[in-house]
Amino acid sequence: MKQYNAWLAPLGQAVKISCLLMLICGLGFPLLVNGLGAVFFPVQAGGNKVVVNEQVVGVAHVGQEFSQPYFMKCRPSAVHYNTYKEDAEEKQFYLDGSEFGGLSSGSNNFAPTNPRLVERVEADLSSFLDAHPSVNKEDIPTDLLTASGSGLDPEISPAAAAVQIPAIAQAANLDEKVLQTIVARNTEGKLLGIFGTEKVNVLAVNIEIAQAMGLVK
Amino acid sequence: MFQLLVTLLIYLLLVIPVGSYMYRILTDKPTFGSTFFDKVDGFIYSVCGVNPQQGMTWKQYAIALVVTNGVMLVLTYLVLRLQNLLCFNPNGIGSMEPTLSFNTVISFMTNTNLQHYSGESGLSYLSQMIVITFMMFVSAASGYAACAAFIRGISGYAKEHVGNFFKDLVAITTRMLIPFSIVGGLILIWQGVPQNLDSNFVVTTLEGTRQIIANGPVASLEIIKHLGTNGGGYLGANSSTPIENPTILTNLVEMYSMMLMPGACVIAFGKMVQEVRNRRQQNRSLREKEEGSWTAKFFGREGRSVFMAMGLLFLFSLGLCFWAESQGNPVLAEAGLSQSMGSMEGKEVRFGIAQSALFTTVTTSFTTGTVNNMHDTLTPLGGMVPLLNMMLNVIFGGKGVGLMNMLMYAILAVFICGLMIGRTPEYLGKKIEGREMKLTAICIIIHPLIILGFSALAIATEAGLAGITNEGFHGLSQVLYEYASSSANNGSGFEGLADNSYFWNITTGLAMFFGRFLSIVIQLAIVGSLMKKSFVNESVGTLQTHTASFAVIMVFVVYIFAALTFFPALALGPIAEHLVLWQ
Repeated sequence: MKQYNAWLAPLGQAVKISCLLMLICGLGFPLLVNGLGAVFFPVQAGGNKVVVNEQVVGVAHVGQEFSQPYFMKCRPSAVHYNTYKEDAEEKQFYLDGSEFGGLSSGSNNFAPTNPRLVERVEADLSSFLDAHPSVNKEDIPTDLLTASGSGLDPEISPAAAAVQIPAIAQAANLDEKVLQTIVARNTEGKLLGIFGTEKVNVLAVNIEIAQAMGLVK
Repeated sequence: MFQLLVTLLIYLLLVIPVGSYMYRILTDKPTFGSTFFDKVDGFIYSVCGVNPQQGMTWKQYAIALVVTNGVMLVLTYLVLRLQNLLCFNPNGIGSMEPTLSFNTVISFMTNTNLQHYSGESGLSYLSQMIVITFMMFVSAASGYAACAAFIRGISGYAKEHVGNFFKDLVAITTRMLIPFSIVGGLILIWQGVPQNLDSNFVVTTLEGTRQIIANGPVASLEIIKHLGTNGGGYLGANSSTPIENPTILTNLVEMYSMMLMPGACVIAFGKMVQEVRNRRQQNRSLREKEEGSWTAKFFGREGRSVFMAMGLLFLFSLGLCFWAESQGNPVLAEAGLSQSMGSMEGKEVRFGIAQSALFTTVTTSFTTGTVNNMHDTLTPLGGMVPLLNMMLNVIFGGKGVGLMNMLMYAILAVFICGLMIGRTPEYLGKKIEGREMKLTAICIIIHPLIILGFSALAIATEAGLAGITNEGFHGLSQVLYEYASSSANNGSGFEGLADNSYFWNITTGLAMFFGRFLSIVIQLAIVGSLMKKSFVNESVGTLQTHTASFAVIMVFVVYIFAALTFFPALALGPIAEHLVLWQ
């Protein structure tokens, strides 16, 4: 009986404190941060929407799947950046025609020894070389044909942007120099020159390409 | 390479004040803003009927912890099952299936955060807040509370009572977790992490296609996920997604949030031991001499050697992971893809190899389990690092558990050294005898037993094998990783594993439960037994445990024990895969 009491004694306090902390940590805290965020950083807290011509065309930190030859491409993604199209019956498909699986994130999770990884890279490699005939195989940077962990990576390395420029210039009918300035404008260096890597935001580049081509204002 | 050094140096500068702050909280000394916090805490105590002055023995403390955690489990289980009926559900998420709910609440209560669901499709916003965010606070606070009791006992700071569990739980939540989270959360929002209650939205892209974007109260979950070394992501792909972790600055903030408090525990331990020692040390000049060295002043003498041992283990792991990932994947190089950037499959461009390898080492050393790259796609040796870190489970560790485990190894180390020099082993002025050694041995053996036992079960059964998605040696690594992650309460995964099945939900649920609560109870029992003993006087033959050489001994004891238990499994998994890949 004594043993039994030892377990029951803290029960009342445990129930009260659990409920109170649930309110404080589970509701009070997120709602407080929500309020502070909305006051101080409304754009970021609202999801960093990128607006062109009064239309939301994407989100600053999320990549997109682009299929037009005059747009710069992101890295391969297992979830196709959650980019899809709808047919007349409102069925949803990824741009490659497979069925859209709903909002998700992630990668194929292929181990380095997984044969399907090599198959995917080889297929991407040959279609990239077809689309960019002037490019040598050795000059394709690693990041451009490997999938990111999130499947939503918004950025590519400066080398991966540079290697795409000749083909884009041809398809968009723009001068390579113009494209190089666009890329340079949207390249972000390391934080304080120390942390992270240099990278190019693909959506920002494509918006400027569309503007240069007169597709959007 | 340079950025890794700078990142770690900044950490050393940050951890010292936080450690000192934690020490003052745990010993009831006034701190910055303590009059304000005293009022807040006083209000909570009066509502809940807690008398903070009432001390608890180690048994009462352990029971209070287990009972409180049990109540929280029941509450949150109900929310998950009923989330379809409750408010804050703009995306219309349905109720969660029973075994998955069981796995999820255990996972978050034990601070593991193994996720067999995907946040995008499995949880309503209410569940993200009052189940996930709530559990992230209280499971971390429970862990730190247990660690506080452990430190008070083992340092000799407390004579009979190890503290009051409810007081520690509340004080750690209100004085450390919540204020730090508000500041960190705002930095995350400023950098671009969303924080709102709106539903997911669809945009029309430049090409006229559609894109759906995840939304919701991300930042508030994100910050406590790291600060409480929890690790369960808002989205399936966790902190690799640019929604949870958009810039290099958020990456640094997230890393420092997970490293600060576990490191601070070691400092709090060191300082408390020092305080007890000073109390006993009547000789003033000797006391001043001991405090003279600046490292001893910041870390406490005993804290310094423990911190050093952990630091050495951490640096070995980081070095191996960074080197392995920089080598790239030879199979892809053969297929014609340049590997000059290293192995970029599963990694984000903004982090690159250096920050990815660092994050991986940090998240498994500090047992958080958040990932900024996919561990399943790491190179074999790069992937062995997180696996090994979780098997060791002593490198800082989440919410104070690493310190408690490391002190088990410290006791083992003084025991082994004691045998060699033929003296009764002592640690922190107390004799280590039969009872303590037996409990220590059980405590150290539980973790490998859970990992290897369940792994054996998984590869011997149809249901277990069904989860494996990568062929060959990597398949075994996937299984080992899942149970190491569960038992170490880490929660990261080789995410390829198809783990949302009855078999995996239940076995990993059990691994998490035993990995957490058995260790805590046994460790408190050891402390309870040590507290009863009186201090012995130091003599010439006493083994000095505050020296650098003792730190090295601890490192060796940890590695030898790991080699004896885990080497065969590692040889069949990552090491074999490495040899095949580079043949």
